[in-house]
Amino acid sequence: MSDAYWETVIGLEVHVQLATESKIFSGSATTFGASPNSQASAVDLAMPGMLPVLNEKAVRYAVMFGLAIDADIGHRSVFDRKNYFYPDLPKGYQISQFDHPIVGRGHVQIQLGDGSTREIGVTRAHLEEDAGKSLHEDFHGMSGIDLNRAGTPLLEIVSEPEMRSAEEAVAYLKTIHSIVTYLGISDGNMAEGSMRCDVNISLRPRGESEFGTRTEIKNVNSFRFVEKAIQVETERQMDILEDGGSIVQETRLYDSDRNETRSMRSKEVANDYRYFPEPDLLPVEIEDSYVAVLRESLPELPAAKRERFESQYGLGSYDAGVLSGERVIADYFEAVAASGDAKAAANWVQVEVLGALNNSDLSMSDCPLPATELAALIGRINDNTISGKIAKQVFEILWNEGGSVDAIIDSRGFKQVSDSGALEAMVDEVIAASPEQVQQYLAADEGKRKKLVGFFVGQIMKASKGQANPKLVNEILAAKLDAAS
Amino acid sequence: MSAHTLAALSQRLGSGDVSSVEITRDYLARIEAHDPALNTVITVTAEQALADAEAADARRAAGEAGPLLGIPLLHKDIFCTAGIRTSCGSKMLDNFVPPYDATVVTRLKAAGAVMLGKTNLDEFAMGSSNENSFYGPARNPWDPERVPGGSSGGSAAAVAAGFAPAATGTDTGGSIRQPAALCGITGLKPTYGRVSRLGMVAFASSLDQGGPLAGSAEDCALLLQAMAGFDPADSTSAEREVDDYSSGLEGDLAGLKIGLPKEYFGDGLDAGIDSTVRAALAEYEALGAELIEISLPHTHLAVPAYYVIAPAEASTNLSRYDGVRYGYRCEDPENLYDLYTRTREEAFGAEVKRRILVGTYALSAGYYDAYYRKAQQIRRLIQQDFLAAFESVDVIMGPTTPHPAWVLGDKANDPVAMYLEDIYTLSVNLAGLPGMSVPAGFVDGLPVGLQLIGPHFDEARLLNIAHRYQQVTDWHTRRPAL
Repeated sequence: MSDAYWETVIGLEVHVQLATESKIFSGSATTFGASPNSQASAVDLAMPGMLPVLNEKAVRYAVMFGLAIDADIGHRSVFDRKNYFYPDLPKGYQISQFDHPIVGRGHVQIQLGDGSTREIGVTRAHLEEDAGKSLHEDFHGMSGIDLNRAGTPLLEIVSEPEMRSAEEAVAYLKTIHSIVTYLGISDGNMAEGSMRCDVNISLRPRGESEFGTRTEIKNVNSFRFVEKAIQVETERQMDILEDGGSIVQETRLYDSDRNETRSMRSKEVANDYRYFPEPDLLPVEIEDSYVAVLRESLPELPAAKRERFESQYGLGSYDAGVLSGERVIADYFEAVAASGDAKAAANWVQVEVLGALNNSDLSMSDCPLPATELAALIGRINDNTISGKIAKQVFEILWNEGGSVDAIIDSRGFKQVSDSGALEAMVDEVIAASPEQVQQYLAADEGKRKKLVGFFVGQIMKASKGQANPKLVNEILAAKLDAAS
Repeated sequence: MSAHTLAALSQRLGSGDVSSVEITRDYLARIEAHDPALNTVITVTAEQALADAEAADARRAAGEAGPLLGIPLLHKDIFCTAGIRTSCGSKMLDNFVPPYDATVVTRLKAAGAVMLGKTNLDEFAMGSSNENSFYGPARNPWDPERVPGGSSGGSAAAVAAGFAPAATGTDTGGSIRQPAALCGITGLKPTYGRVSRLGMVAFASSLDQGGPLAGSAEDCALLLQAMAGFDPADSTSAEREVDDYSSGLEGDLAGLKIGLPKEYFGDGLDAGIDSTVRAALAEYEALGAELIEISLPHTHLAVPAYYVIAPAEASTNLSRYDGVRYGYRCEDPENLYDLYTRTREEAFGAEVKRRILVGTYALSAGYYDAYYRKAQQIRRLIQQDFLAAFESVDVIMGPTTPHPAWVLGDKANDPVAMYLEDIYTLSVNLAGLPGMSVPAGFVDGLPVGLQLIGPHFDEARLLNIAHRYQQVTDWHTRRPAL
């Protein structure tokens, strides 16, 4: 049985923190990392008589997301109370949306590793407020409550159960990430909890149309953990099913240290949330004109950008996908490509820049190398000032020490030797010092000669410390060797 | 002094005849002398009141004017007052001192009113007799063995007893009109959304509305003028101009069409109240009004619908009282569950618990459709009844309550009998309409209230209709001997 027999069915609930300056129902700031309870007002503390006032920006951001996934925008959107007791939920209810979410059915296009794309349905997206945080350390057996996060606006995006593998789930999550960051409605910072994910997962025999019993893995907070959690939960369910057992519908936690999922206590799951319309807020009426204005103001979105990169710059779909995945990367790439050599720009950004960022654990927004310098570097390769190999050295220096491309080339004497007199002297020297290889060359046929000429080029580059213009060297070599025959 | 209306006091302050400090002292002395027998005030803020009175006198001396400048008032202890304990009649908030004022308090302060203290009420405004107060029942000054009504019982009894010319109250199902009726004073519940709910401790958010209790319609107009208005901090407050409530008081009533719902004059109405109300209606006929029998066919569903919706909202509004951040906390909780259950067990009274249980049940999975959704459907039908009626009449009148004030304890063990006392007032909250209670006479020495119900935002017209009646009658000027 195993993989060939079972099909994994995955749906994701993604909570995206919206990048509003103030909370969704109060004027408190939403800055991350402030000292505990310094950003909690009387409303956030649920003091008696305090009332919520909806932050228009949160509505605007939700509508923008809806437009970006081609969804129905609810003309009349209703907030509801979701009731449960928890110390970091000051009102004893969370203001959320139940049956009239602001964003209805839509879809996103995901791209897989082989460059192929798939469409994944989004069931709905609704606005709600975040809870505070319970702190269980440093309080001598008691718990501390930090309400700074309480009331931070969240957009909960619920997918259809249409993903069939961990790869697809991660690609979907990355697509959502790229859409919300493109729109500028979230910073997408997963480490700070700006994007959190609940994974619903079940198995069924391939070809079966009914869903199997699912489990929900709560609060998985990185792309890598989503991938791993799905893998281990799939295996766990497969083992149970193949042993003739059945899956218990429950909420589980992913423990990244032990790479396993664990059941949460059922008591916390068996809540009856007693949803009902929030009487302190009026239904939100969204007018067509409001939506139309936002539609006009939408930036180019990842999928459209990817297609444009393919047609405008002649990039392959994989490269176009990587370069359009994040808005900062796309903007950087386009700034470099403005130098005129889009293919070189694509290579340099993907291989060198993204590689170096990855090595130093930085994100694109922290990139130490300005796009203009990378463009200049490519320009200096193309005008034969330096070779590609030297360019990589220059890149290293730019990355680690900063400075400008031309200054580095000048001060380090990296300028390529294109003086044909000097090159001819070097070629003569190498030919004179390698009579054996010259003989081999002369004895070889056309096909083999091309390979053998590499030896001479290598010697010359070595002698010139890499600064000889390889194109000229090849030309001079060919002429001199041919003359020697 | 205490027999003076707010309007008269205001004139005397304006003419320099008396100072705010003098009348404030006078009211404080009266509270001190007589409130121990009536228990209408939970917290007296004498020092602050005198300081505020001095400030008001200084403002007048500096040339400022205004009908409320220097007028002493009492606030129902459901309105948050910065730096002053706001208990809501509950052990849960016995130690709660808010760091902010309710919008109503802010507005009245700005108008120069002087707060004498905070009045007694049923715990979290849940009750019709003021017997559900952690601070003990307030008593009816017409007969201290009887209830003053509720939940704004302290405010109504205090105004009737002359402890203040006026007081604020809140009305979720009749909590201004019913105690006003039982204490023989004038009370107005404004249209839902007319007065900000910010800083008013919530009972049932979609029904709660603050309003004035005073000696006359004219006084209610002055108070409402300061209380009403859009508040951006309350999303349910109406973004709409506030009418001038005093300028139209004298308007002629000739041709006024008064609707009399037959459902308000049927079984269960005390015969003495019935005849008293009919006598009042005859006065209106004499003023040129026309009496038209109408029907509000869903009236019999108001009590059951209300007692689903109000407890449902209350059950979640009161979830915040969990012992974590403020208010009562049980001693030495063993764990979180113990903290929650013991805090709420020890600090909520029986009626509050009853409503939390009922509301939680009504919202529970499997019962929501049968109870909450059904109740909301009834609510719409009741609204439609009124809207249809207002197509043919200008105002609806009837008794405010089916009975006059009853003896303390008589209905304490029969919640349904207690709930039925609000049978004529609940519908008005469900429909979000403005309603008033106006003194219309006495039955066996106990006051009787005439209820006036108007279309949405028609407070000015209601006040006009009440005022004209008070010009030809003197029931509203009668005061009990203390």
